[in-house]
Amino acid sequence: MSAFLKLLFRNRLAGAGAVVLAIIVVLVLLTPVLPLQPPNVTDTADRFLRPFSEGHLLGTDHLGRDLLSRLLWGTRLSLAVGFAAAIVAAVLGAAVGIIAGYFGGRIDNTIMRGIDMLMAFPYILLALAIVAALGPGLMNALIAVAAVNIPFFARNIRGITVGLAGKEFVDAARLAGLGHGRILLFELLPNVVPVIVIAMSTTIGWMILETAGLSFLGLGSQPPQADLGSMLGEARSAMITAPHTSVVPGAMILLIVMSINLLGDGVRDALDPRLKSGALSRPMAATLVERERVPEARGEGLLDIQELQTQFHVGRRIYRAVDGVSLTLEPGESLGIIGESGSGKSVTALSVMGLVASPPGVITGGAARYKGQDLIGAKYPRLRSLRGDRIAYIFQDPLSTLHPLYRVGDQLAEAILSHHSVSKAEAMQRAVGLLEDVRIPNAENRARAYPHELSGGMRQRVGIAMALANEPDIIIADEPTTALDVTVQAQILALLDDLRRDRGLAILFITHDFGVVGQLCDRVAVMYAGRIVEEGPTAEVLDDPAHPYTARLIACVPELGQGRREMAAIPGLPPAVDNLPEGCAFAPRCDKATPACRAGDIPLAGTERRRVRCIHPETDVEAVA
Amino acid sequence: MGSYIVKRLLSAVPVLLGITLIVFLIMALIPGDPATAILGSYATPENVERLNRQLGLDEPMWKQYFIWLGNLLQGDMGRSFALNRPVLDEVLDRFGATLVLAGTSFVLCALLGVLAGVVSAARQYGLADKAITFAVIIGISVPPFFLGMMMILLFAVRLGWLPASGMYAIYGGGDLPDLLRHLIMPALALSVVATGVIGRLSRSAMLEVLRQDFIRTARAKGVHERSVIWRHALRAAMVSIIPVLGIQAGFVISGAVYIEIVFQWPGVGRMLVDAILRRDILLVQGGVVVVAACYVMFNILVDVAQSLLDPRIKT
Ligand code: SF4
Repeated sequence: MSAFLKLLFRNRLAGAGAVVLAIIVVLVLLTPVLPLQPPNVTDTADRFLRPFSEGHLLGTDHLGRDLLSRLLWGTRLSLAVGFAAAIVAAVLGAAVGIIAGYFGGRIDNTIMRGIDMLMAFPYILLALAIVAALGPGLMNALIAVAAVNIPFFARNIRGITVGLAGKEFVDAARLAGLGHGRILLFELLPNVVPVIVIAMSTTIGWMILETAGLSFLGLGSQPPQADLGSMLGEARSAMITAPHTSVVPGAMILLIVMSINLLGDGVRDALDPRLKSGALSRPMAATLVERERVPEARGEGLLDIQELQTQFHVGRRIYRAVDGVSLTLEPGESLGIIGESGSGKSVTALSVMGLVASPPGVITGGAARYKGQDLIGAKYPRLRSLRGDRIAYIFQDPLSTLHPLYRVGDQLAEAILSHHSVSKAEAMQRAVGLLEDVRIPNAENRARAYPHELSGGMRQRVGIAMALANEPDIIIADEPTTALDVTVQAQILALLDDLRRDRGLAILFITHDFGVVGQLCDRVAVMYAGRIVEEGPTAEVLDDPAHPYTARLIACVPELGQGRREMAAIPGLPPAVDNLPEGCAFAPRCDKATPACRAGDIPLAGTERRRVRCIHPETDVEAVA
Repeated sequence: MGSYIVKRLLSAVPVLLGITLIVFLIMALIPGDPATAILGSYATPENVERLNRQLGLDEPMWKQYFIWLGNLLQGDMGRSFALNRPVLDEVLDRFGATLVLAGTSFVLCALLGVLAGVVSAARQYGLADKAITFAVIIGISVPPFFLGMMMILLFAVRLGWLPASGMYAIYGGGDLPDLLRHLIMPALALSVVATGVIGRLSRSAMLEVLRQDFIRTARAKGVHERSVIWRHALRAAMVSIIPVLGIQAGFVISGAVYIEIVFQWPGVGRMLVDAILRRDILLVQGGVVVVAACYVMFNILVDVAQSLLDPRIKT
């Protein structure tokens, strides 16, 4: 509870709303004992006195009545009526909702049909019809406003009840022979009360506003009794000559409704865990870069990643997703990065082009040089012009990575149009050509399909076609076959391999599957807990792994190129990268671990050709070379 | 597509019937003798007798409903005795003015709301976002009738820029520029609350969409950020924004009642309030049925727009 209050008050606006509302409520409760002038005593000699007149702090109205006193009494009435309407609506709505949700079937159907029909009215029409039938008056306005809000409660509560009605405790109660009435009252009701309260807190501001509105129209409180709405309504005729008589009640309504809304927002935010973690932040156009030091260029390779560090900053916690990764990709080469999920392999791949979601991602160090030019520090326009043009991506699940509402042909054409000034027709033509290149039959027609109309394999071919659209030098493929079944996987891998050989593409291939690496990659780097633990030519690493982790991974694979290989077969969990142990991160899961392993940083040692980060390697990498 | 529209139209029939039933039942709440209540001061014995016969008021309830429904379907909603003209004529006359006002407001709040939401989301936690968020909080809390009064005070009385009330100038008005001058203030005042609600929703819908994988794909292929926001993200966000536009249309119509009173706009809302105060029951009944039916039809339009936007909806 106190944590909740703390959260609520951290939101300064919600705190302000709570304070204002509390002051108003206290004033209103004290109204009968405050030394106020009587609210209904008229004094025609002192009509329309301005605020701060003697004896009348807020002045007087058109009948010379004290405005301050009328304001407080009116607020009291408005709050009481709004609150009463909210209670009535909540009680009746909840009753209807619980009954519909509990009994289900025909009863539910009939009731919800009726509710839908009530909701088909703009709310005020219903309220006006009720007031028209019952006649103007505050009580009738209250009934109308409550009635109009019943469907909202009924719907919400029904939804919750339907979920609860199937639970064991309800079945148990039924088996124990409890009647429907008792189950409804003692089993279900206590569970929906919190929902009722939340629904009330979000609607009570509205109900106060609505009753004030009806009074403003002359359909609510009748003179001499006055709530805020009728005060405003009466003041309207003198609005031009004595504006303060309108401003005073109007501002009060605004203040009440606003403080309730602010408070309600605060309550919702405090209750909604998604907002706490900052998960509702949207990623920016490029990953945030905060580097203290940029490593010297080495002038190696087509793509040269040096000491890359990418972190996730969530609240005060820092997750070192990528912690000093260096890799080089030569023209036409295919390099695999393999690791469990959470090893940082995808983040490494996404960091190259600034595609790590930020917030929370921050690139805190290192460089990624394409033809010697650093991409990490590049300005956004430069980065954008290279994205998809020189370095293109293929992502994992093509259903979520293709835009669901655009035709695939248009999405392909857009990739071309983003980098070439050709006509739309020409881009479309090239798009169809690309679909043919990735062996999609009937390409002309398929270009007009939406992603959801294609099979998984077809969609991934579209994803590959999109990567090829501008004939890039490098393709970064982030687990492109993981979401596909085995036969389709093999087809896609074969396609990628052909394309790479035909076009001299360099591919950076992210995967958790040694089978895929064996089939497609010249070299492989194994990642664990944000670092590379082993690197070398694929055949050598597969035949003769040096790092105990690699050895275990390979041992888990029954036969290369067959089905799915899950890395979870290794005992123990991958470490959380916000709290890495000193020394070797694999030590807790390693059979060969010795105290020395946990003593300090272990370097990635070996030759240019093969390297390993282990002090008791399975094989001597320097000897191999 | 055509079959989808037909299907939606057919599904509206029970809702429309439900609306008539609800209105009929509410009117049955009238205490005392209905004929006397309807006729008010015109309740001479002959009039009461005639009305009882016309509306079948001495028949059982369910029969009364079908008599009333039958008349309704033939366009006969009875007569307003106070105005001495058929209810339908009066309602249709007034409804035009409401459509001009509410329609303009609806377009305004949809455009401004979505615009504010998109800008706010694209600049999350930036200055524009904070300013918009703050404006939205005030916007959704301000009573439309109070806002209308304050606008009149400022723009009509103090500054004298715009006329304070009515739809046309009494002398020499009647053309389009005159209408627009009269329309600006009420339309703006009416759109404020809905703009706030739509803006807030659009912001969260955009934030939700911007985190999706297909946005990353668009960025990865080098699409300009402007186009990422305004094409890729907004298009996807509209799927959840459009249904809210339909709901907000109902709130715009509701707010129009207050605004029509404040700005003395000759619309159906003001007609209803006047009719209630006069106890002109048949006029209220007719007005409510017509406006509610139009709102139902409007929501079908919204559904059709949604199905055009989202190919995943089976048509
Ligand atoms: S350094 Fe030690 S703990 Fe780490 S993998 Fe090698 S042997 Fe195992």
